[in-house]
Amino acid sequence: MELVCPAGALPALKAAVDNGADWVYLGLRDDTNARNFPGLNFDDAALAAGLAYAHARGRKVLMAVNTYPQAGSWTRWTAAVDRAARLGVDAIIVADAGLMRYAHRVHPQLALHLSVQASATSYEAINFFHEQFGVKRAVLPRVLSLAQVAHVARHTPVEIEVFGFGSLCVMVEGRCTLSAYACGEAPNTTGACSPAHAVRWRETGAGLESRLNGILIDRYAPGERAAYPTVCKGRYAADGETYYAFEEPASLNTLDMVPQFGDAGVRAVKIEGRQRSPAYVAQVTRVWREAIDAWKAGRFAPRPAWAAALQRHAEGSHTTLGAFSRPWK
Amino acid sequence: MKLALGPLLYYWPRDAVLAFYEKMAAAPVDTVYLGEVVCSRRHELAFEDWLAIGAQLAAAGKEVVLSAQALTESEGDLKLVRRAVANGRFRVEANDWGAVRLLAGATGWVAGPHLNVYNPQTLDLVAQLGATRWVAPTEATREMVAGVLAARPADLEAEVFGYGRMPLAFSARCFTARRLNRQKEDCGYACLDFPDGMALATREGTPFLAVNGIQTLSAGVYCLADELAALAQAGVGIVRVSPQSRDTAQALRTLRSACDGLLSGYDARKALAACAPGKLWNGFWHGRAGMEAA
Repeated sequence: MELVCPAGALPALKAAVDNGADWVYLGLRDDTNARNFPGLNFDDAALAAGLAYAHARGRKVLMAVNTYPQAGSWTRWTAAVDRAARLGVDAIIVADAGLMRYAHRVHPQLALHLSVQASATSYEAINFFHEQFGVKRAVLPRVLSLAQVAHVARHTPVEIEVFGFGSLCVMVEGRCTLSAYACGEAPNTTGACSPAHAVRWRETGAGLESRLNGILIDRYAPGERAAYPTVCKGRYAADGETYYAFEEPASLNTLDMVPQFGDAGVRAVKIEGRQRSPAYVAQVTRVWREAIDAWKAGRFAPRPAWAAALQRHAEGSHTTLGAFSRPWK
Repeated sequence: MKLALGPLLYYWPRDAVLAFYEKMAAAPVDTVYLGEVVCSRRHELAFEDWLAIGAQLAAAGKEVVLSAQALTESEGDLKLVRRAVANGRFRVEANDWGAVRLLAGATGWVAGPHLNVYNPQTLDLVAQLGATRWVAPTEATREMVAGVLAARPADLEAEVFGYGRMPLAFSARCFTARRLNRQKEDCGYACLDFPDGMALATREGTPFLAVNGIQTLSAGVYCLADELAALAQAGVGIVRVSPQSRDTAQALRTLRSACDGLLSGYDARKALAACAPGKLWNGFWHGRAGMEAA
């Protein structure tokens, strides 16, 4: 089982490598990836330095080119793929089928990983991309139960990667336009969900308000922990009752499931958080490295120190096993 | 311009569904998409019932397409997709790439709105695999649609979602069951009580979303009735109307009159506003937020 860790910039990449990531994933400084945030991501020089740093230590680098290009911007996406191939990136993470075809034709040696944004939730979909474009690994959307993950893994030659820790999408990735609906920008098209420039926080007599493009996402009483205002994390009213209509803000933490992931045939675990600090990357990577190594050595047992370290970095007031355990089933 | 009736996204009692499609047989609509695309737990109609409705609509001169479920999680879900693909009579709308794998090589299938075909290269791919119609993603802008269609493969039709509550997201979780503090697998089929979805308002009372089981829709209604000329200019030949519990036939008649030049875009929009379950919006088409009216 391999560990795949995020890097929003060079210091985070080094932190991931130094603390035991097998793969580090990153993106370029534009809308070709799904963390298109100001001040984040890699230019050519940082990418070359990051590749050198990782490769010198026997680790691999993944570049996310996982938003959906349109006619007028198509060449920016193909240029990103070309850069990945030219600079020696070990694999690219792709969502758009047309872009996969381009990469497969022009850079047949460049390994392709299916992005979670491709919304491939069944082995039929994953095998389609394998047969058409030689996709080697698929990142599963965060909707499948553990048994369903195992079922998918049994029916495909493609390596299965799952999210293990970090912020959690409630909706199927790649099939959510809630952000576009509220503010005109969304992960599929512009690479950002609830972009910071559309978010406003305001103290009012009724409490702290969070708004997205003017729409009230939530209002917090003193002492209540506020969540970043994505549409799916808000409180809304139905028939007079105001509640978290989709899910209480929570982050994913599946560390205790490492042995079950192994049994299910999971080949890689992914840590979310390219927008997080190098300290987050360092500590979360170290804990997961230790946990995976303990499992490989046949002596995995959850440690209180691991839980404490991860809890410090969880977003929201609690953590969840998400769809893997389906408490809402 | 042709009109299509999209798949019924909501869960209605069996008799209501049968009565609805009986009306549609007489409504001015060219194509009718049938089948359950949202939730595999819904069972008021069996697959055979959908085929029977399809046969009736085909006898009334409608083109019938079977829509495949958008989110597949289990082997049971895949079985439903395989049944649709193997139905032997009607065209099939693929709504995920698993369905595309099953349809590849067959001709005449429809690349549905949930496939994420955003550019000419991906359109070319699905056309090579046998698709002869593309339904644009709901969030498609005019620029996107025109761009995708600029070099379209021969004989490929384009369809745009033009009227109805906008499908915005799918999840593994059921938000209708959640509202009622029920487990998904013990939901009591609560969707039956919300024939146009369960409305959600913001904490200051602004209508915002509508919950439909595992699907989230807009509270407002997408309406491109006054954009028919622009749609045609972009290369779109079919406008999709999404079923609603009341006045769907009226909405189709209004749009038909607008397409035929008997009603101005302004008047069509006004008439549709009177039968819509929410405010009319068109932001996506204009490259803006979906819940805006340009």
